[in-house]
Amino acid sequence: MLGKLSLSSIPFHDHIVMGAVYGSLLAGLGVVVLITYFKKWPYLWKEWLTTVDHKKIGIMYIILAMVMLLRGFSDAIMMRAQQAMALGSNPGFLPPDHFNQVFSAHGTIMILFMAMPFLSGLMNIVVPQQIGARDVAFPFLNAVSLWLSTAGAMLVMVSLGVGEFSRAGWSGYTPLSGLAYSPDTGVDYWIWSLQISGAGTLLTGINFLATILKMRAPGMTLMRMPLFTWTAVFTNVLIIFAFPMLTVALALLTLDRYCGMHFFTNDMGGNTMMYINLFWTWGHPEVYIVILPAFGIFSEVVATFSRKKLFGYDSLVYATAAIMFLSFAVWVHHFFTMGTSASVNVFFGISTMLIAIPTGVKVFNWLFTMYRGRVRITTPLLWTLGFLSTFVIGGLTGVLLSMPPADYVLHNSMFLIAHFHNMLVPGVLFGFMAGYAYWFPKAFGFRLNETWGKLSFWFWLSGFYLAFIPLYILGFMGMPRRMQHYDNPAWQPYLIVAAIGTLLILLGIGCMVMQLLVSIRDRRANRDLTGDAWDGRTLEWLTASPPAVYNFAVIPVVEGLDAFWDMKQKGTAYLKPDRYEDIEMPRNNPYGLAVGVICFVFGFAMIWHIWWMAGVSFLGLIATVIARACDDNTHEIIPAAEVERIEGLRSQGMA
Amino acid sequence: MKSPLRSLLIMATCLCVLPLLGGCNEMVLFNPKGPIGESEKYIILISFVLMLIVVIPVIVMSIVFPLKYRESNTNAPYEPNWSYSRKLEIIMWAIPFVIVFILSAILWRETHRLDPYKPLESTAKPLNVEVVSLDWKWLFIYPEHNIAVVNQFVFPEKIPLSFKITSDTVMTSFFIPQLGSQIYAMAGMTTRLHLMADEQGEYTGQNQQFSGAGFPNMSFNAKATSQDAFDAWVRQVRQSPNRLDFARFTELRKPGVSESVIYYSSIEPGLFEHIVNQYNPMTRGSHDMGGAAHSGHGN
Repeated sequence: MLGKLSLSSIPFHDHIVMGAVYGSLLAGLGVVVLITYFKKWPYLWKEWLTTVDHKKIGIMYIILAMVMLLRGFSDAIMMRAQQAMALGSNPGFLPPDHFNQVFSAHGTIMILFMAMPFLSGLMNIVVPQQIGARDVAFPFLNAVSLWLSTAGAMLVMVSLGVGEFSRAGWSGYTPLSGLAYSPDTGVDYWIWSLQISGAGTLLTGINFLATILKMRAPGMTLMRMPLFTWTAVFTNVLIIFAFPMLTVALALLTLDRYCGMHFFTNDMGGNTMMYINLFWTWGHPEVYIVILPAFGIFSEVVATFSRKKLFGYDSLVYATAAIMFLSFAVWVHHFFTMGTSASVNVFFGISTMLIAIPTGVKVFNWLFTMYRGRVRITTPLLWTLGFLSTFVIGGLTGVLLSMPPADYVLHNSMFLIAHFHNMLVPGVLFGFMAGYAYWFPKAFGFRLNETWGKLSFWFWLSGFYLAFIPLYILGFMGMPRRMQHYDNPAWQPYLIVAAIGTLLILLGIGCMVMQLLVSIRDRRANRDLTGDAWDGRTLEWLTASPPAVYNFAVIPVVEGLDAFWDMKQKGTAYLKPDRYEDIEMPRNNPYGLAVGVICFVFGFAMIWHIWWMAGVSFLGLIATVIARACDDNTHEIIPAAEVERIEGLRSQGMA
Repeated sequence: MKSPLRSLLIMATCLCVLPLLGGCNEMVLFNPKGPIGESEKYIILISFVLMLIVVIPVIVMSIVFPLKYRESNTNAPYEPNWSYSRKLEIIMWAIPFVIVFILSAILWRETHRLDPYKPLESTAKPLNVEVVSLDWKWLFIYPEHNIAVVNQFVFPEKIPLSFKITSDTVMTSFFIPQLGSQIYAMAGMTTRLHLMADEQGEYTGQNQQFSGAGFPNMSFNAKATSQDAFDAWVRQVRQSPNRLDFARFTELRKPGVSESVIYYSSIEPGLFEHIVNQYNPMTRGSHDMGGAAHSGHGN
């Protein structure tokens, strides 16, 4: 009746896990109680859960990313603590069984359930406004994407308390992730959470590419698009080409695990090298999927806070395009040590190094944007400066690793861990933090507290150096990654320093939480009524903060790069139109949420082999899609008078 | 407010550079004991120095520009519309291009020269060693001496080592950091590796690729000795009462953590080929070792 599920699947014996489970349940219960107490359920349902508004969907994506950041970071603290302790006969506090789940969950969560939702969230909030559009191309699909991502994330969270998560690493290398070596449900949790959220990501990619290509305001030619929108284009192209490869790799692994097939097994003609190739043909572009939008954010932030045009706009666009193409031609550098011939390694080594050229160009462009500008040292700019100075070190070690002979001794060592965190923490996370601080006033109408924000930055930056420079050294000392315990006493001091660095980052996260709380408390003092919180340059600052549901009462006409700056210079930014027109907007509906919930149930049923539940939920999914297709009442009209009233209120506020 | 950033960066750079200059014994990659490791050390150092040509100016500019052009410094020139300079654009594309070009030339030459599959040039006759990774231990077969050892690898100095490597479990990676290159071990396949030790000593060997619960225990002692000491050691192994036949191997391959050293005075002929071939339905031998295909980590 319940497949492989039984009461013994809940790890009552493991106090650390149960503590986390009870903690999560209590927090969830607390939220439910609060919502009930303040009678906010109807509001939540009408305004958020059923919404198709891209700005609200974006906010929910970012909430999801923040929650998962906390989860992924607590995994990081546990790993650092374990490795700081587990020398020689000291077993530490995490047995191998648990430690291996922790690092597998950390990687999976940080890439797929922190970085990806954060990126989707920022794209959602910003891209339509930057191109002067009222919505995305497929608003309902957008809601489906959000709830699919959430369903995947929830499956990872459920694995904490029901059964176990994968112990095969975030990359799930076969044959370790195959049935012979991982017979329990851990790998299945990993597969289904990735598949479900991956479907959501693919839909997001299609949606936003269509939005940007088809819905730009009149006059906004491709070479007048803001840099963040450009990077969104490249990221979405990468998503569309790369994610299906992951889907196929996981589907074949699923057939191996569920139907006894032999795509990636050791025997019967299975080929594990094929899985590793397939995984990284997705996995490497995935790195650029998360980092390119961050590059876009840095471009926006550095231009705005230098009060200057972005230096070398064309160069930046072409450099980013070059990175997009190259990102598909480098995947073998993840396994130079597999025994591929020297010629193959040379090809992929050089193609990897080539990426350093456009990336270097971009760095110089950002630097020269500040040159002869008027630089305002705000929180978003601080994140950008931290990125510029730290990222180049990661670039250096990356080029080092692209030399196959150097990789032969550094591969799979702590040096590698330090390298990719050196790319992803300053590159992606600092970028998203900059974006969060930069666009927060756009989404909510008030600025974040600067003091707490700057404090958070300094903790993050110093914590980053303390946590990861020792790992570079440990790589030179020969320490492999993923060690639950070790016997070399020379490694321990560095691991203790790294653990202290993690504690500094914890303080940084604490400051972020404080920043949010303090800012909400002081929201009246920090209110921005203009919609243009930072003296911005691009169209998203033309709308109100928070924007009206239709973003632009009148679609703006673009006459150059930095369209909004241009309008402000000409004095045409806030001209009142002669008359307003009716605006047609999509109507809220619960089908997106329903798809997410049903996919969650379906995933859970597949993981535990509860076939009847999988069948019923699959039928339910089809029924939901049909019901939505039969619903003809999908749009509503906002009358011109109502638009005039909303815009009138805004003008009053600004005056 | 900027000074913490600067001091942090200086500290970080020092932390990066110090281990490279120090050559301290614990930095095993900078203390290589063989020609392969030695070359790889120099490749790391040369690339590192070449890249500092870009990295140092970037770090300096990322600190100086925001300081000099900060909003409160109204004496600094301000050109809000300056956004293009052909000269600068050419320089910023050319510098990384030239460096990558030089590095690519080094990469091309050294990757071919240090190909792990390429036998080492030496007047001495190489020692053939067959390595099998098991859950979670290493088996070393010396086909020319007809002996085998678990979790210990003894070899003469200044003799090229020619490895044939496979796995009888998940993918692992065979690595002796102080000798140089690692290579994956994969079931049903044979990878090759060539190393040599220039001097006697005891080095740590390890599995560099996560392979499940017992992974951290997969380290072994790699001992380079004189030729005489090696011969004496071979004689000692031959005293062992154990013989590694198929039945014993079936016992040995069962998952388990054991760091103890086991000597086998003789081996079943063709054991290594048998271990490789058992995964291929076309070449699987007559000695089925308890269904190799279906064994796992014993869960």
